[in-house]
Amino acid sequence: MNSPSPSQTPTLEFDRVEVAYTVRGIDRPVLREVSFSVQPGEAYGLVGESGCGKSTAAYAALRYLPRNGKITGGQIRFEGQNLVDMSAEQVRKLRSSAMSMVYQSPVAALNPSLRVGGQVAEVFTIGGASKADAMSKAAEALRLVQIADVGKVMDRYPHELSGGMAQRVVIAMALANHPRLLILDEPTTGLDATVEAEVLDLVRTLRAETGTSVLFISHNLGVIRSMCDRVGVLYAGQLVEEGETTQLLGDPHHPYTVGLLRCIPRAGLRKDLHRLDTIPGTLPPLGTMLKGCVYVDRCPLATDQCASEKPPIVELANGQRARCFHTDLAPTIPRNTETTAIVIEQRLSPAEERSIIKLNGLSKTFGKDDATVRVLSDIAFQLKAGETLGLVGESGSGKTTLAKVLLGLTDPDGGSVVELDGKALGATLGQRSAKDVGAVQIVFQNPDSALNRRHAVRRIVSRAVTKLGGTTKEKGLERADQLLTDMRVDARLHAAKPVMLSGGLKQRVAIARAFAGSPRLVVCDEPTSALDVSVQAAILNLLVDLQRTENVSYLFISHDLGVVRYLSDRIAVLYLGRIMELGPADKVFHGPHHPYTEALVSSLPSIDGEATNRVRLEGEVPSVANPPSGCVLHTRCPRRQGSGVEGLCDTVEPDLVEVEPGHLMRCHISIDQLRRMQSAVAEPAAV
Amino acid sequence: MKIPEPASATSILVSAVDEGRTRAKQEARAQRRERMALLLRKPSFLIGSTISLFWLVCAVFGTVIAPQDPFVQNPVDKLQEPSWKHWFGTDNLGRDVFSRVIVGARLIVIVALGATIIAAILGTILGLVAGYYKGMVDEVIMRTADVFMAIPTIVLALLITSSVNSKSMFIVMFIIALVFTPVIARTVRASALGETELDYVAAARLRTEKTPHIQFKEVLPNILPSLLVEFTVRLGYAIFAIATLSFLGAGASPESPDWGTQVATHRNFLNGLNWSATVFPALAIATLSIGVNLLQDAVTEAFDR
Repeated sequence: MNSPSPSQTPTLEFDRVEVAYTVRGIDRPVLREVSFSVQPGEAYGLVGESGCGKSTAAYAALRYLPRNGKITGGQIRFEGQNLVDMSAEQVRKLRSSAMSMVYQSPVAALNPSLRVGGQVAEVFTIGGASKADAMSKAAEALRLVQIADVGKVMDRYPHELSGGMAQRVVIAMALANHPRLLILDEPTTGLDATVEAEVLDLVRTLRAETGTSVLFISHNLGVIRSMCDRVGVLYAGQLVEEGETTQLLGDPHHPYTVGLLRCIPRAGLRKDLHRLDTIPGTLPPLGTMLKGCVYVDRCPLATDQCASEKPPIVELANGQRARCFHTDLAPTIPRNTETTAIVIEQRLSPAEERSIIKLNGLSKTFGKDDATVRVLSDIAFQLKAGETLGLVGESGSGKTTLAKVLLGLTDPDGGSVVELDGKALGATLGQRSAKDVGAVQIVFQNPDSALNRRHAVRRIVSRAVTKLGGTTKEKGLERADQLLTDMRVDARLHAAKPVMLSGGLKQRVAIARAFAGSPRLVVCDEPTSALDVSVQAAILNLLVDLQRTENVSYLFISHDLGVVRYLSDRIAVLYLGRIMELGPADKVFHGPHHPYTEALVSSLPSIDGEATNRVRLEGEVPSVANPPSGCVLHTRCPRRQGSGVEGLCDTVEPDLVEVEPGHLMRCHISIDQLRRMQSAVAEPAAV
Repeated sequence: MKIPEPASATSILVSAVDEGRTRAKQEARAQRRERMALLLRKPSFLIGSTISLFWLVCAVFGTVIAPQDPFVQNPVDKLQEPSWKHWFGTDNLGRDVFSRVIVGARLIVIVALGATIIAAILGTILGLVAGYYKGMVDEVIMRTADVFMAIPTIVLALLITSSVNSKSMFIVMFIIALVFTPVIARTVRASALGETELDYVAAARLRTEKTPHIQFKEVLPNILPSLLVEFTVRLGYAIFAIATLSFLGAGASPESPDWGTQVATHRNFLNGLNWSATVFPALAIATLSIGVNLLQDAVTEAFDR
């Protein structure tokens, strides 16, 4: 593939690159004829689901493949020089002087036994600087990534840093040698939304300052949209489509890109009005030999030709290209919403809805005597049957503790009220009847940890049926098979161990288990964050269907605001163990909202357009052990300055009060003032 | 697509589940075969298992295999060098050393296996309880274990045998079990600590599962591989410890064909009078101990990845 502007030598150019991993003596292709180029100063995004070869492409660009990986074809050119033919020493020189990489997990990328300062300085001593010189250069590098208290941070060990701070340090190290190419491999995955937004802002600023070319790898289309000029979509090791970011995301022409974009719960979609599209089938296993198109098994447009012939690269308008026979038909693919086997019944009329779960004055304090940490403080809310309450907040805000208290895995402080159907629920599992235990269940974040790897999946589910329902073993197995089938787990997999199942199927098993005891409330603790977008859509659809048929309530915990927005009727925003805002989903999202919520919402990268003017949170989350005086947010509040009530904010903690019907807020600033402040920002962006 | 009748839908479901179960069983079998094939490729496993198997056969059928009665004394033929009649020579009372070595295998194998099995059972229970409850329970169990582990095995064993004042291999077995229990408990506890953090334990609690069920039916299967490795390691140590104790005179009675006792009795004749009555029982101890250790190496590699 020729570069779009041939006058310039691209910083990085992949020319029909093939990479294979040797597994048990057989070469398995992982990248197939991947061609793309990153121009000087350009940010190029590579997007795709897990197992599509994104990270392999990143490592290949540095010629830093795992021991069993090798480049089997094509050229990788860095500023015109072919990396594939270079000696190891030449590549090493290039890596130390001209290109850098930022890895997904910043904490794992830093050496835990070295202080941050010395670690960053190492980059300079390798380059030949004296020790003192290196230290001062390290401080400068850390200042560049907007670390406020450089001296303090340099004295710390990596484990003493927050995730966002650690990633800043890694970026500082990557930029230390003034690279002409910076490769970022999922740099914000695993960070909180607000921290993610900060890191992305930082990368954007640094790019503007240094003019570095960037290869940005991510599974998150919203992040790619906000960061990259051009984007390439990888599927099963093949670049299926590439083009200018906004154009490609707005007008995709490969069936996979079309499907992928439709899976995402975008702004404006709601569970009761819209079903999410899904992509049926699964990625071909690693290293499958394919005669035709890589996407043929899952493509709704596939013809005989697609199965037998490799599709050509079709040039579309404005440098967009797709590898498909049917680029003209792709935008018109009918929606695939995966009809369910579950009969959808009419929802109960609102008159019949009453609160099934009621929390009042719920607190949880860890530790004893003077060393106490209050992780939950005076939580109160009610949940109606069939309602979803979204629970959002940064890590450490107490989301998981709240879930554990509801489930009875942890007992709350004395005086806390947890009621189910008007009756007090036992504080611990031992004090709850089997029926009550079955009534409040959970779908965990990570199905690998939630399913016992030594048991067959039908045993995992049937055991829950028999214990919670008090039935015989045979009846339990029968019901388990039925439940699993309802969750669309193929009957032939019921006797298999969890290892044999894909991530999405495992999560379906976990959901089947949660529904074994006819639950009234199911806590969903980030149930899709470990899954790919297309799988996520199917799981969300399943949860919505189950809610309709079973009239179950959800407490949906997630850091993905897009998912929360799609699924929730109401949203509660948690900060340092306190509910800052509680109200109907659209009110919380569209404001006027609490200043903290405002910052959270504005940090959400959108795939539909430029983010609105970002409202930033200053500094780091304070420790729960030592919360700030007054309003706990006052140290970071974006609206405190100029509100006229600063003195109050610093000294008196506001109460959670109803500012409009059904909408509660914990803020000294009046809702009218917030509305004025927030519309002043929102307006220019709305144009 | 037509929706099938409910009755047939159930039968289809059942047959599909059965089909899946058969396939899962086949896969499990294939996995076992693969692991076995992996083991069989290792020379350490082949040599170790051959030696161990040889002594196991001797332990079971020793009295049948032995060419002569190991207890019949013949003072005229005492301390003879190896010959066609007495392959390993004779001892100080004229008994056939070859037969005594063969028959002696039973004692050491039974005691070593018995001690390790008892230690594994007790250690697993203590380790699971400590790792599951954590806190005070953990502290009490593990600090007590530390006390036992601080005293050298042999010294502790000699102390107990001399205070019990009766010579019996059963006492040796229980002493070794007692000494190994804290070691196994520590391994099990470490694995259990990690396992109880996983969500499946919380999930089991959320279906009103009783604690022992969670410990033994949910957690234990997941730590079996490390338990198996620990078991083979301890078995190797047990053999050596038993031989040492009986050499020091703490276990078997003098007339028993125990290897350690034989070495202890005849080492005085090594000054030119007779070597075979000492060397062959000593070789028996060495080979069994090496065999089990080789086996342990292979098992560790196959299960403890």
